[in-house]
Amino acid sequence: MNVHTHKQFDTEMEAIRSGVLAMGGLVEAQLRRAIVLLEADDNDAIAQVKIDEKQINQMQISLDQMCTQIIARRQPTAIDLRFVLMISKIVNELERVGDETKKIAYKAAETRTVDRLSHVRRYDVVRTTERAHEMLQLALDTFARLDAGAAAGVIDRDDEIDAAFLAIMRQLISYMMEDPRTITPALEIIFIAKSIERIGDHAKNIAEAVVQVVKGIDVRHASADQIRAEVANESGG
Amino acid sequence: MNFEAVAAVRREVAPGEPARPPKIACRKLDFFYGKFQGLKNIELDIAERQVTAFIGPSGCGKSTLLRTLNRMYSLYPGQRATGEILFNGENILDAGVDLNMLRAKVGMVFQKPTPFPMSIYDNIAFGVSLYENLSQRDMDERVEWALSKAAMWNEAKDKLRQSGMALSGGQQQRLCIARAVAVKPEVLLLDEPTSALDPISTAKIEELITELKADYTIAIVTHNMQQAARVSDFTAYMYLGELVEFGPTDTIFLRPKRKETEDYITGRFG
Repeated sequence: MNVHTHKQFDTEMEAIRSGVLAMGGLVEAQLRRAIVLLEADDNDAIAQVKIDEKQINQMQISLDQMCTQIIARRQPTAIDLRFVLMISKIVNELERVGDETKKIAYKAAETRTVDRLSHVRRYDVVRTTERAHEMLQLALDTFARLDAGAAAGVIDRDDEIDAAFLAIMRQLISYMMEDPRTITPALEIIFIAKSIERIGDHAKNIAEAVVQVVKGIDVRHASADQIRAEVANESGG
Repeated sequence: MNFEAVAAVRREVAPGEPARPPKIACRKLDFFYGKFQGLKNIELDIAERQVTAFIGPSGCGKSTLLRTLNRMYSLYPGQRATGEILFNGENILDAGVDLNMLRAKVGMVFQKPTPFPMSIYDNIAFGVSLYENLSQRDMDERVEWALSKAAMWNEAKDKLRQSGMALSGGQQQRLCIARAVAVKPEVLLLDEPTSALDPISTAKIEELITELKADYTIAIVTHNMQQAARVSDFTAYMYLGELVEFGPTDTIFLRPKRKETEDYITGRFG
């Protein structure tokens, strides 16, 4: 893409782009801390999650303000308009990932009280959170490179996380039926699993937003295969 | 979002419904200023009762194209157009065309307001009297009608005998639009009608364009891309005498097909 005749416009666009990447990096780091907390107590990590959460919220507000200012002052069109609108959307998705991560981190301690569930927590939940983390990384990478072709791959992974969520649910239901003492911690784990599943959805939304920026087509609610076909059909971008 | 479907709604035509025939159709249109070719092989349909905007950098041929549509260029020696411009299906480039009648049907408003040095009333009545022989009463009605169409009646009704030159720039331009509308044309050509006006007068003219489109086919040349986005249904992007891209305004401003168009409308030009 060529540079704008008015160079200051490019500077502003680059500022929101790198702002999103910085915010994404922070959200990713927070999610890694939540994974640590699922495995063991860590007071430093929980304190840091709180600090991160505040900073993520602040970044959401300032990036949204920058987008509003660009729209008001530059009246962007075509790919510029889509880019600014999608940045605003991606920023919201990242803030939600931050919220879900905070929930996982806070609930992690409560799930460690019952040994019987340690297997589910340690293997299935941690593994699925790691998958969600990879998916988020991939979505942010898709955004950084504005690579519409990679978006379908992100959306494939969301299906995997959805399947993992259902598997965790089924396991926990069996435990709860066998031993009512596991109900309270099992419910906490279900909330955690639900948060992970939501993180997958947000990462998927980010990937879909990238397709909209690059190709100008709205692929929300489309399957990964449909998106592959659409991206392949569209020339240019 | 299906942009074509939205564009169809904006055109008030259901998807799949056959489009109305174009009011003006350019076919293989070339234009020459002496040896210099100002327009190259233009193929373009201007839809009836819609606003079509022409955008592009200075010297791209957009004003030239507008001036061919009522053969304004015929006033100048050495300028000629070849190909076809079909107005209601008839080629206006044919030798036997009555240019006065053509210009009554295809009116034009210029960048700078050009009121005649006469009263507001006469500014409007003068053009009408060239084509029609109206009684005083009918002429009074026509003047009121034209001024009302141009959203000027309330401002002008108490000073119809005052000079048109004494009005503000925005009022002068609306007087010129009233003058163009008074002869009941089918098409209005607007060549940068607001570039000499302040934002409020500009907004009034833009509002007027939207209202006039119910009765007239409008083609507008503008350097202000946001203005094209605000008022037009279709947009044509021109560069170096060629029509680079033409389509529904929603498509051109959200998702143009050609990279050249995108570079221009996003300010990446030159």
